[in-house]
Amino acid sequence: MVASQLAPAPSRQQPGEVMLDVQNVCQAYSKGSASDLLVLDGVNLQLREGEIVGLLGRSGSGKSSLLRIIAGLTRPKKGQVTWQGQPIDGPPKGIAMVFQSFALFPWLTVLENVEIGLEPLGVPASERRSRSLQAIDLIGLDGFENAYPKELSGGMRQRVGFARGLVVHPKLLLMDEPFSALDVLTAETLRTDLIDLWMEGKLPLRSILLVTHNIEEAVLMCDRVVIFSSNPGRIAAEIPIDLPHPRNRSEPAFRQLVDDIYGRMTRPTERPAATPHAPAPDAQGSGIGMTLPNVSTNLLAGLMEALMQSPFDGKADLPEIADELTMEVDELFPLAETLQLLAFAVVEHGDIRLTDDGRRFVDEDVDARKKRFREHLMAHVPIAAAIRRVLDERSSHRAPYRRFSEELEDFMSEEFAEETLAAVIDWGRYAELFAYDEQSQSFSLEDPA
Amino acid sequence: MPLHHPSLTTARPWRYIPSVWDALIFALVIGAIALVLFGGHETLQPLAESQKTQISLDPSHLPYYALRTTLRMLGGIVLSFLFTLIYGSLAQKSRRAEMVLIPVLDILQSIPVLSFATFTLVFFLNLFPGSLLGAELAAVFQIFTAQAWNMTFSFYQSLKTVPKDLSDVSDSLRLGGWRRFWTLELPFAAPGLIWNAMMSMSGAWFFVVLSEVIDVGAIHITLPGIGAYVSAAIAHKDLGAIGWAMLTMLGVILLYDQLLFRPLVAWSTKFRVELVATAGEEHESWLLDFFQRARLAQRLFRPLGAVFRWFVELRIGAPVRPSRQVIEAWDSPITDMAWFGLIAVVSLWVGWQAFAYVTATLGLNDLVTIVGLGGLTLLRVLVLIVLASLFWVPIGIWIGLRPKWASAAQPVAQFLAAFPADLFYPIVVTLIVYYHVNPDIFLSPLMILGTQWYILFNVIAGASAMPSDLLEAASSFRVRGLNWWLKVALPGVFPYFVTGAITASGGAWNASLAAEVAQWGETTLHAHGLGAYIKDATTSGDFHRGLLGVAVMSLFVVLFNRLFWRPLFEFSARRLALN
Repeated sequence: MVASQLAPAPSRQQPGEVMLDVQNVCQAYSKGSASDLLVLDGVNLQLREGEIVGLLGRSGSGKSSLLRIIAGLTRPKKGQVTWQGQPIDGPPKGIAMVFQSFALFPWLTVLENVEIGLEPLGVPASERRSRSLQAIDLIGLDGFENAYPKELSGGMRQRVGFARGLVVHPKLLLMDEPFSALDVLTAETLRTDLIDLWMEGKLPLRSILLVTHNIEEAVLMCDRVVIFSSNPGRIAAEIPIDLPHPRNRSEPAFRQLVDDIYGRMTRPTERPAATPHAPAPDAQGSGIGMTLPNVSTNLLAGLMEALMQSPFDGKADLPEIADELTMEVDELFPLAETLQLLAFAVVEHGDIRLTDDGRRFVDEDVDARKKRFREHLMAHVPIAAAIRRVLDERSSHRAPYRRFSEELEDFMSEEFAEETLAAVIDWGRYAELFAYDEQSQSFSLEDPA
Repeated sequence: MPLHHPSLTTARPWRYIPSVWDALIFALVIGAIALVLFGGHETLQPLAESQKTQISLDPSHLPYYALRTTLRMLGGIVLSFLFTLIYGSLAQKSRRAEMVLIPVLDILQSIPVLSFATFTLVFFLNLFPGSLLGAELAAVFQIFTAQAWNMTFSFYQSLKTVPKDLSDVSDSLRLGGWRRFWTLELPFAAPGLIWNAMMSMSGAWFFVVLSEVIDVGAIHITLPGIGAYVSAAIAHKDLGAIGWAMLTMLGVILLYDQLLFRPLVAWSTKFRVELVATAGEEHESWLLDFFQRARLAQRLFRPLGAVFRWFVELRIGAPVRPSRQVIEAWDSPITDMAWFGLIAVVSLWVGWQAFAYVTATLGLNDLVTIVGLGGLTLLRVLVLIVLASLFWVPIGIWIGLRPKWASAAQPVAQFLAAFPADLFYPIVVTLIVYYHVNPDIFLSPLMILGTQWYILFNVIAGASAMPSDLLEAASSFRVRGLNWWLKVALPGVFPYFVTGAITASGGAWNASLAAEVAQWGETTLHAHGLGAYIKDATTSGDFHRGLLGVAVMSLFVVLFNRLFWRPLFEFSARRLALN
């Protein structure tokens, strides 16, 4: 690789002056009647010239919301963002964005898709053409100028996305999970190409802000990683990454950093909602107001089984098991946390360990598993217990969906209430704790058998 | 490709049960019609001189007549496109405009197409006194009313569902409203819009034929065209001429299809957003292929492309950005209240005008009569839909499951839907007269003659789209006979059937104005129904009765859609959609 021989440009090593300043930004989504849902709470962040910064967090941690605010696509509820000394009010000059879904216009060719960014700047047609061809060339797309996006592979499409971002010669490039829609191999190639161009100083950029949920990606690319906690989104930690480029995933220092970040992201105090045993500050009496991720019981059982097998024998390093199961943080964390909530496992400091009950569950047959799951559901998931209690108390043994969705909406947004109930319905059906009829939207104790 | 029914898929803020707001909007629309009548009535008399173009029954004149009819059609479609772009954009950009425009559109599409011309004729004749131009415009306007509403719904629906990432990227690139419209919104809406325009065209042939002979009160105008030719043939009891007219119509529709819509639909697939090419829905056009391959044709189009690009790159935007206070005041709930208040006052006022206009000569017993007649027409629509479904659904499924048959039958069914069924009416009337059967029963099938094909080709589309693994699973588990129909075939095509049936039912209501009264020479047959009532009222120039009849019919249609079709549609989309 070329970059390894070249001494990195000095400006790349020592971050320069502040370009972007995020001050005390709060963002909330109003959900109509009930109180607002806070997604970002008092976020402060500075971005300096010459650095790549990664925003790392779970889905729902508000990192994408922050990126959209910086891009000028939405306005924060509170706080201010200044870009080169000017408050941001609409998409600012000098900031370009790359999207997770590529966001290419299907009816435009590669060249037209790249050119379109230059039109509003008033660049004359001939210069538009030459600059676009340059950007296409730089990003490795030459030969594809006249292709339509649907003729390209995912990786090539995202290259068009990069070319479109770069052609306007922005100072700051925002990237919203740019590699997460790509397969592993393609994503890796694209990452290295980008880092190489950056190290060689071939990009017109002064700085890059990358949103990701992939810990290794953040460690691989960034000079600084900002970790977000969820509900509401806050900055939990900032970790500088001083490893020289190109970075090697198998190096001990690299692994150490990844482990460290995993540990920080699974620190129990960071998600009060999922740890009812700790005296959570917002415990709404019964704990019913806990949001639950809609993860299937099949996956829960599958993860427990994988944990019991060698080489883990009931205890695993989260990065390792994620690797083993080829799962992303976003997929693995909700599973791990649900197991923790149900007291089938304990998650701490980047490790997951099955409890005794968890171990027993793995060894049991279907009926015994269901029984154990039912007991744990009743004991540890207040909304499931509440549904069962209401059904037991009513003489008809029936209750409408709305009875519980409205109760949940006192604590959370409509969307979360829906997901939480979907999770509880799935788990309750598996545990045969209650039945649910989609058509009449009602819970009951009826046994279809 | 299944027929989308945009007015039903459009997410709207109200539910099935009509609200006070609906009532206000209803009053607004009917009142506006009353005002048009009111204003025109005074000046109607001096215009009453009859203008009758002599129509020759010599078939050699037919190409000329066909050309005139076709141009009228073209005029209607251009007008519909313009209306759609402006109205749809307005409804999408402004929340307050949307609250009025979309319900208004819903009422407008429930008003029988044939009655529009009656009401607007006066207005157009006044625009160009003493010339046929006014009547021409009235005819074009009628075609417009037959096409525009569902195109507008489709466009609005597309604007509402523009992919968020593309919308974000347009903002991020600072494209601005004008360029955003041309590079994002219009291309994204294009496939749906063109498809709906083609569907509207099918329906509009029915009305273009009728719009050429205008018989309103003392006004009798004949515009040269195929419709006028047919009407002259009916007056002369010339079956041969009717045959020639049908043949010409066949040619015209085929040409329109091959030269305009095939190429457009094939071209518009380029604007589909799904990035993976979907198999099975290939649209091909020899004309488009020819243009895309021929150098000369490309050279001809290049200047057009340049003009288009120049147009799109125009910098059109607000000259001054309003200050924050102005924006906040504009968005405030107080302005909302003022807006609601304004709409309510205007609606009540024009509604009162309509009420006063109608009650000047009519009383409660007239209303009772009309509602009764409406019930009769409703009964006809229902029975016909049921009969047509019983007949066509099994046939459609049978054809749809055989790909070879389906690909042959689909264009035929679409063509039959486009063929103006009114050309067949004389034949049916002769039969009724000849056999002395009850017109109340035997005129009814005319209502669904033209629109039953929507059921057929939607069911064919549904059956062809059934996943083959599902069918194979059914046959491997030996699901057969009645069980197969009830558990596999019927649920599988149900969502498609519902869309087809909705279109057929809407078409039947519309056709009732033409089908419940039929003529052959001096013989005129009448069925009892709301369609015949409205038709008779307008031909005799009794606008009071006409307006009341139209109001009641549109009420019937709105309620029928809201309380019957929409719940059915949502049920089928929720429970039976196969994806």
